[in-house]
Amino acid sequence: MTTSGAAVVIVGGGVTGLSAGWWLARDGADVLVLEKGIVGWEASGRNGGGATHVYSPFGLEEQRLWPQMDQLLGYPTEHQSFRIGVALSEAQLALAKRWAEIGEARGFRWELLDRRQLKELVPIVGDSAIGGTYLHFGGHANPQRTVQAYAWALQDCGGRILQHTTVTGLVQRGGRVTAVETTRGTFGADVVVVAAGPQTGLFADMLGMTLPLAPARVEMIATEPIPLMRVGGVAGNGLYGRQTLRGNLVYGGGPHEWINVPDMATPEHRNTPLVRNLGRRLAELFPGAAHVRMIRAWSGLVENTPDGLPVVDRLANPDNVVIATMSSVGFGLSPASGRAISELVQHGRCSFADLGALALSRFADTPHDWRERVGWVATRAEVELAAGGDG
Amino acid sequence: MRGVDRRSLTGKGPRADRHVPLIVVGAGAAGIAAAVEAARSGVETLLIDEHPVDNDMMAMDVPLCFGQRMQPAVRNRALMLERIVETNPALATAHEAGVDVQLGTYVWGAFVAGPTVQELPAPMLGLADERRSWLVSYDRLVVAAGARDVLLGFAGWERAGTLGASGAAALLTRYRALSARRLVVIGSGTLGLHTAALALDHGIEVAGVVEVEDGVRGDHAAAKALAERGVPLLTGHTIRAARGRVGEIESIVLAAVDADGRPIGGRDREIACDAMCLAVGLVPSVELLHLVGARLRFDGTLGGWVPEIDASMRTSVPSVYAAGDGAGFHERMLGAPEIAREQGRVAGLAAAESLGALDRREAEQRRGPASPAMPPSTDVFSYWQTWLRSLIEAGGWNVNACQCEEVTRRELVETRPPRYLGWDSPQMQARDLGTLLRDGPLNQDQIKRLTRAGMGPCQSRRCREQVGLLLAQAAGISVEQIPLPTFRPPVRPLPLNVLWPTDEPSAMREDWVGWFGIPTQFSPHWEPGMVLDEPTAHARLIMSDE
Repeated sequence: MTTSGAAVVIVGGGVTGLSAGWWLARDGADVLVLEKGIVGWEASGRNGGGATHVYSPFGLEEQRLWPQMDQLLGYPTEHQSFRIGVALSEAQLALAKRWAEIGEARGFRWELLDRRQLKELVPIVGDSAIGGTYLHFGGHANPQRTVQAYAWALQDCGGRILQHTTVTGLVQRGGRVTAVETTRGTFGADVVVVAAGPQTGLFADMLGMTLPLAPARVEMIATEPIPLMRVGGVAGNGLYGRQTLRGNLVYGGGPHEWINVPDMATPEHRNTPLVRNLGRRLAELFPGAAHVRMIRAWSGLVENTPDGLPVVDRLANPDNVVIATMSSVGFGLSPASGRAISELVQHGRCSFADLGALALSRFADTPHDWRERVGWVATRAEVELAAGGDG
Repeated sequence: MRGVDRRSLTGKGPRADRHVPLIVVGAGAAGIAAAVEAARSGVETLLIDEHPVDNDMMAMDVPLCFGQRMQPAVRNRALMLERIVETNPALATAHEAGVDVQLGTYVWGAFVAGPTVQELPAPMLGLADERRSWLVSYDRLVVAAGARDVLLGFAGWERAGTLGASGAAALLTRYRALSARRLVVIGSGTLGLHTAALALDHGIEVAGVVEVEDGVRGDHAAAKALAERGVPLLTGHTIRAARGRVGEIESIVLAAVDADGRPIGGRDREIACDAMCLAVGLVPSVELLHLVGARLRFDGTLGGWVPEIDASMRTSVPSVYAAGDGAGFHERMLGAPEIAREQGRVAGLAAAESLGALDRREAEQRRGPASPAMPPSTDVFSYWQTWLRSLIEAGGWNVNACQCEEVTRRELVETRPPRYLGWDSPQMQARDLGTLLRDGPLNQDQIKRLTRAGMGPCQSRRCREQVGLLLAQAAGISVEQIPLPTFRPPVRPLPLNVLWPTDEPSAMREDWVGWFGIPTQFSPHWEPGMVLDEPTAHARLIMSDE
């Protein structure tokens, strides 16, 4: 069965694909997003919501766009500006300052907070906090609301989304990808964007390319609401996260578990007793909230490249494919990464960021067994192999 | 350099504080029977029950809807423990059979390995009391977690005094601490009639049994007995509102309805009461079964989502059994505890046999002849929908569907963002349940994320079913077409300083990083390769061994 396609077919309705599709549809492109489940249902909609990535080539554009996103999209993202870093030790303070200085290098302002100033801003920190940083940049948003906002705004601009449609193959002819095969028919395409999260590597395989990706499971917790603090974007002590506008403390961090994602099916998400350790670190960070109840936890799957940096690249051959993985840091950068992908699709280059460091070609010589070599291994058998393989 | 990623969970998987061959969750008729059979077969058995529940938890309507009608005595845990033991003589039998009985213990999580979880040495439960939490691993698990109330909202249902039938029954019989003088019971099925009689037996006046249908649903002899004790049977009525001074129920306004459940104007009546009990039905408590990955199926005659079980009460997860109301509830089970007891016995014997404590012949002998199959029961969902339609007709669309997050019925079906965002736009106005349905099948978790209905501290205990019913009604589909909204740990809302582990392996602390610890992940792009070191991190550029 061949179904009518689109000028641009986007494989993956996560935050990166949705943002790209929205930017394209805004420019009048004929866009179709194919999503195997519900839009933004995986890591895109279940992350910490942080939007402070000034180190990235997309960082300045991220900072420029977020304050405008509610208006641009027409739907609420719950974006809030500014961040506070809390330090419980000199080493943690050094790290918080390092983050701040990276922003400073890009022209952003920040202040060092002493304990008293910190307690005024974040009344739930305790005497264990030695100080912190106040970043007059960065921020956070609600991932669940934002992914839906992208999807709806994309539709409002005339783009289409097909949910519950799994892409199973890429049809290549004459050095181009001419169509994508799905569980609901084949869709013709002039340009294809692959932004399929942990499965992105499987599509690279179909094109004969090497995209080394290691999927992992990470966990988050949420508490009942507590009174709103002046700045909700407060983190530290090895945790990322925020206080939501409802008042819940939503935090993640700590050990990840490397896994395998062998096919297009997303394995079910499960939590582990790690939620207790997360609770402990949150109570250490905020002793004033140690009595607060944890009401939810969840886990999500993210993928990382060997250097932890994204791949956002328009391929040379086939020359009508853009491949994108944000290497586990996709949500906050999505306003900018989507715009970059839109430009790659339409103009073949990005006008606002140098994507040289994000090219797929940097992994051309990555050995097949790279995960074993760096110890990012999934199964017990592999762990034993890596641990015992010294020498 | 080779080795496993120090930042990963590898080697830091949770260690259980204790291992027992068999854990039974729930000390009701089914759970006790299962534990006794297993212990008598020589299996070391731990039986856990959360009652007596901590007062703060009760105040949140967790795990049952207690409606703030607890006597102050529930703060006295020692007294409550005494009463729970006194009022359930079977606990003594379990104790005598050698079962390790732990009361006042919450089961807040169930953890099993799977494709995304490999660092788990054994399946385990997360347990807690009001001070600390711990982990216990098991070889076999029997979930006999009972059933909880289906609540349906009306104007004023946030007021203290709105109970559920199972919450009321627990306060009456187990805690003997229900603080209500004059009760109105909603629902005239076996559950409603049973609840009314129970209240009368405990000296509480019953000011009426209200039924939206035009006749009593339950046993007519039982209804007649209630009438003879002076209880008005108010059939053909629905709830207009609960009234009273701030935060309290002092009266309930009922509206007479026509054959379609629509209120007939001018026929309202007000009944003084200090509590009302929603007794329209119960749903099996399947949280733990969901967490261990047991397959659930929808059966409208058994209260909705129930585990798939075989003749030995075994679920699709071979090490896990389900028994009692939690394996599927229908009203005839109320007056017949032997049904749950028999299911528990079968589960306990099967668990013992599978652990090698009994051989097949012995197990079969003790199991006895299979009990006759249960006659088919009626679908409760159409009854709940009848109630909900009448409540909407009588109370309108601005009644809260979700109390914790204050999401009204209207906001739910219009998929509005929460009011505190103060957001409006023409685009948002143009979106509602209808537009969402054009994009794909209805998913309650998706609507939860958009509206926040079900996201509060009661963990959607008070709204899960009515949100599903309301969405199904608005979408013109049946509830079973909506996938089960997920349950996630902790399935009891416990404080951070109870859930936290009191000690951690040193590797957990030393290697903890916020995000993966890939040294180049956050390098400023203008200084490629610069390492941003987390305090505990030992920088190791990956691939550096090549």
